[in-house]
Amino acid sequence: MTKVLVVDDSNSIRDMVSFTLKSAGYQTVEAKDGQDGLSKAQTCDFDLVISDVNMPNMDGISLCTELRKLANFKFTPILMLTTESSTDMKMRGKTAGATGWLVKPFNPEKLLATIKRVVK
Amino acid sequence: MNIQAMAQDVPVEGEHSVEGIDFITSGDQYLTFLLAEEQYAVDILCVEEIRSWEQPTKIPNAPSYIKGVINMRGIIVPIVDLRLKFSIGHANYLETTVVIVLTYQSEDRSRTIGFVVDAVSDVLNVEQADIKPAPAFGGCVGQQYIDGLINSENKVVTVLNVAHLQQVEKHRLQS
Amino acid sequence: MSVDLSQFIPSFLEESFEGLELMESGLLDLKPGDNETIHSIFRAAHSIKGGAGTFGFDSVTEFTHLVETLLDEMRDNRREVTSKDTEILLDSVDCMRLLIEAARDDEDYDHDKVSKTSARLSETLGEQQSTEGDSEIEHDDSKNGGSGYHIKFIPEHSLAKTGNDPIFLFSALAELGELTICANTEELPALMDIDAQELYLSWQLTLITEAEEAEIIEIFEWVEDECLLELEPITDISDEETSQNLAEDVNSDVNQSAGAPQSNNVANQEPLDSNEVAAVVENKNKETKGKAKADLGSIRVGVDKVDSLINLVGELVITQSMLSELGNDFDMSKVERLTSGLEQLLQNTKELQESVMRIRMLPISFAFNRFPRLVHDLAIKTGKEMELVISGEQTELDKTVMEQIGDPLVHLVRNAADHGIESKEVRLASGKPEKGTISLDAYHQGGNIVIEIKDDGAGINTKTVLDKAIDKGLIDANATLTDSQVYDLLFEPGFSTAAEVTDISGRGVGMDVVKRNIQSLGGRIQVESALGKGSTFKVNLPLTLAILDGQLVKVGTETYIIPLISIVESLQIDNTLINRVSGDMVLYRLRDDNVPVLPVYKMFHLETECTEIDKALLVVVEADGQKIGLMVDDLLAQQQVVIKSLNDNYQQVAGISGATILGDGSVAMILDIPGMIMMALEQAQKAQRLRTDGTSHIAEEVCL
Repeated sequence: MTKVLVVDDSNSIRDMVSFTLKSAGYQTVEAKDGQDGLSKAQTCDFDLVISDVNMPNMDGISLCTELRKLANFKFTPILMLTTESSTDMKMRGKTAGATGWLVKPFNPEKLLATIKRVVK
Repeated sequence: MNIQAMAQDVPVEGEHSVEGIDFITSGDQYLTFLLAEEQYAVDILCVEEIRSWEQPTKIPNAPSYIKGVINMRGIIVPIVDLRLKFSIGHANYLETTVVIVLTYQSEDRSRTIGFVVDAVSDVLNVEQADIKPAPAFGGCVGQQYIDGLINSENKVVTVLNVAHLQQVEKHRLQS
Repeated sequence: MSVDLSQFIPSFLEESFEGLELMESGLLDLKPGDNETIHSIFRAAHSIKGGAGTFGFDSVTEFTHLVETLLDEMRDNRREVTSKDTEILLDSVDCMRLLIEAARDDEDYDHDKVSKTSARLSETLGEQQSTEGDSEIEHDDSKNGGSGYHIKFIPEHSLAKTGNDPIFLFSALAELGELTICANTEELPALMDIDAQELYLSWQLTLITEAEEAEIIEIFEWVEDECLLELEPITDISDEETSQNLAEDVNSDVNQSAGAPQSNNVANQEPLDSNEVAAVVENKNKETKGKAKADLGSIRVGVDKVDSLINLVGELVITQSMLSELGNDFDMSKVERLTSGLEQLLQNTKELQESVMRIRMLPISFAFNRFPRLVHDLAIKTGKEMELVISGEQTELDKTVMEQIGDPLVHLVRNAADHGIESKEVRLASGKPEKGTISLDAYHQGGNIVIEIKDDGAGINTKTVLDKAIDKGLIDANATLTDSQVYDLLFEPGFSTAAEVTDISGRGVGMDVVKRNIQSLGGRIQVESALGKGSTFKVNLPLTLAILDGQLVKVGTETYIIPLISIVESLQIDNTLINRVSGDMVLYRLRDDNVPVLPVYKMFHLETECTEIDKALLVVVEADGQKIGLMVDDLLAQQQVVIKSLNDNYQQVAGISGATILGDGSVAMILDIPGMIMMALEQAQKAQRLRTDGTSHIAEEVCL
């Protein structure tokens, strides 16, 4: 089963993403910020990481940078959930090693369609 | 002593009077009871339970037929002495004196009130057609409380209207 | 695939309101250069915007976008934090709250306020951003007239390092139409030289589709910086055919080459109909708004509280199974175990009850947190300098009580700011610091919570109050009142001490309403004041409406419960302090006060042997500033009782606020002290009337 790490400080968004993924047959693990996400990634492998950008403790960009340093996350797709569609933010994400991004607002259909572009 | 075995022999409150009745009947069932020598009946579906008499807690300045309130499994239930309310017989409290707890569900609320009677007597199966209107000849019991009369053998049973029985009259200070 | 988003809306709303509070308190504390605070304010706005968009609250998204942009500039130090900006942001927070509430209730909002604020925001941002239609969703449903594209895709070798895999790009393309893929393996090095982490292939693709060019570009959006991408529309059918043939020729080669996608398998999938999806989503959003409204009666409970509940239930289950095992095969030798089991059950039940009650308890910070903003606004409105000091905000209180105490507290704080704190000049002249202080404090005292609203302002001028009361005919011109009696006049209906009615505290709702609200919660309010030094309003409330601390008293055969909060003191009656006045009114001298004595047995028409006043006990209670002495036979225990309504199966009873069930299973009535005082007054008046009518024989029965 495809295992996804969902990182977002907003409970509602995290629940929504996680619920959507679960309904589509993915397995999910939730983390409430970058720090939490990193520590969960350190103990477990994932097929995909979906992370918010703006979070307390550790933001999504730093999380991405840190994850790419881990051996088992070298090629793991990492999607950034962001409201910031500016090129600047996208570039920062890419530089940090993000695979792609999903611009908020998004609906469950769009989320699943986007995920299909990075995992089987 | 085996508690469970004992429990099977001891009738549960409210159960013994209903036991052994043929439920496969058409028509409605009525619980009949005695006020002095007179027989009265209420719709058995309204009967919550039958309890033995216990001294209730007085409600200050309530009419004398409202004996007070009791605790029925955490619910505060007022106790009305029907003999006093209808001025029938003597309001004495003997071993056979029982309290019939009735619950009536009206549109917006449900009320549970206990009524003190002299004794519970029987359960009657009655076709609606067998309930005859009561002649308007006064008597102690107000017409609004009476749904009709049933002839049972050679006696007459008065069917009481639970909805009306349940209505608590606003009472003010006695002074 | 359909996911019901509505279930997440209540949690989004809750989160948003928390976010708004965080923004508000952050903005109130904001000092220039405080980056951490700006970041957290920005994050809150950002989350609200994101969630609002996702859950279809577009008005919220649009507005918050402006707020976010302004905050973003502050965050990046592109803009200095000025107090003007802070004010605009505070107003924006109000607007966001308005918008979210409107979205939640599916109701309209104050468009004027919102558009004014958003205009101010846009102005501040220095760009003419229109308030409407800043949506990032682009729906261009028009199809191109062409029949497809030739796509040249040459990725950088490092493409895979960001987790991108060409196969997914191709699958996405294949969903748009019929895709033919031709791989170019030219750059593939010798096997020895291959770095497994690098990508050496490039591709020539032909897509037969009606999709827009933008849709194709979007698929490559994530990799556009890491590849060379050329798109060329197919203009000629024959051209298309030839290219397709060409592609088919090399297809077999492609399939054999490493890393090439199995494009044909996915090529026939139907494109996603975006119109249909959008319609579904819109419908869903409509439904969800209705539902969200109904779900708001929830509370957030700390995990520790739930855990302790689960533990207790666990213990209860153990006790229960122990008891039922005991019952299976009971004999008299096991009585001791039965007794201890029952004791355990009692203990479990008690703890469980306390635990459940604790779930309803919330820290009073929920009620306090709106005050920093209130005082901030009041300071601007009144032009006075003042600050708010909050303490004891962790003190816990029942949720219902909390909800009902908010408004009275707002009134008291407004009152302190408006009438209490003096202007800067006056303060300086009287040697006080120019900045006034209003403090809010909460603490537990016995079974109650005490909330103090204190100011270091002018204090209450008893003379002004007296003059006004006489002026309004509330008291007799010759009346002599103690200070505390004068303060009580403030709570008389229609009393206002402000020289003129201001728009802050003189809004028609008087202190009498405050007092009534507090009393309806079973609480009371006291005032202390020192002229020139300030005033303190002390609100005393029960922790919960479901349980009260009571004093059990005996009258005849009956047991009554007097709420402890009403009791001033209980005393043995000293005969020498009893005075009979105006015929048959009994007064008891309690220090300076003459307290009317009310024999409970007479009021309730009970039989008791204890009718002699000097054999009885006096419980002095207070309500509405009126003290009375309840004459009872005996004092019993003090205990917490669970309040049950008499109204469910019976009706309101004068002098009784409810009933409770005592340890022995019997019912006891709880006395309604304000109600009893009223009863006594009514009876006394009636007696008076009867006496003047000359029918004194009835008067004897009812008078006290």
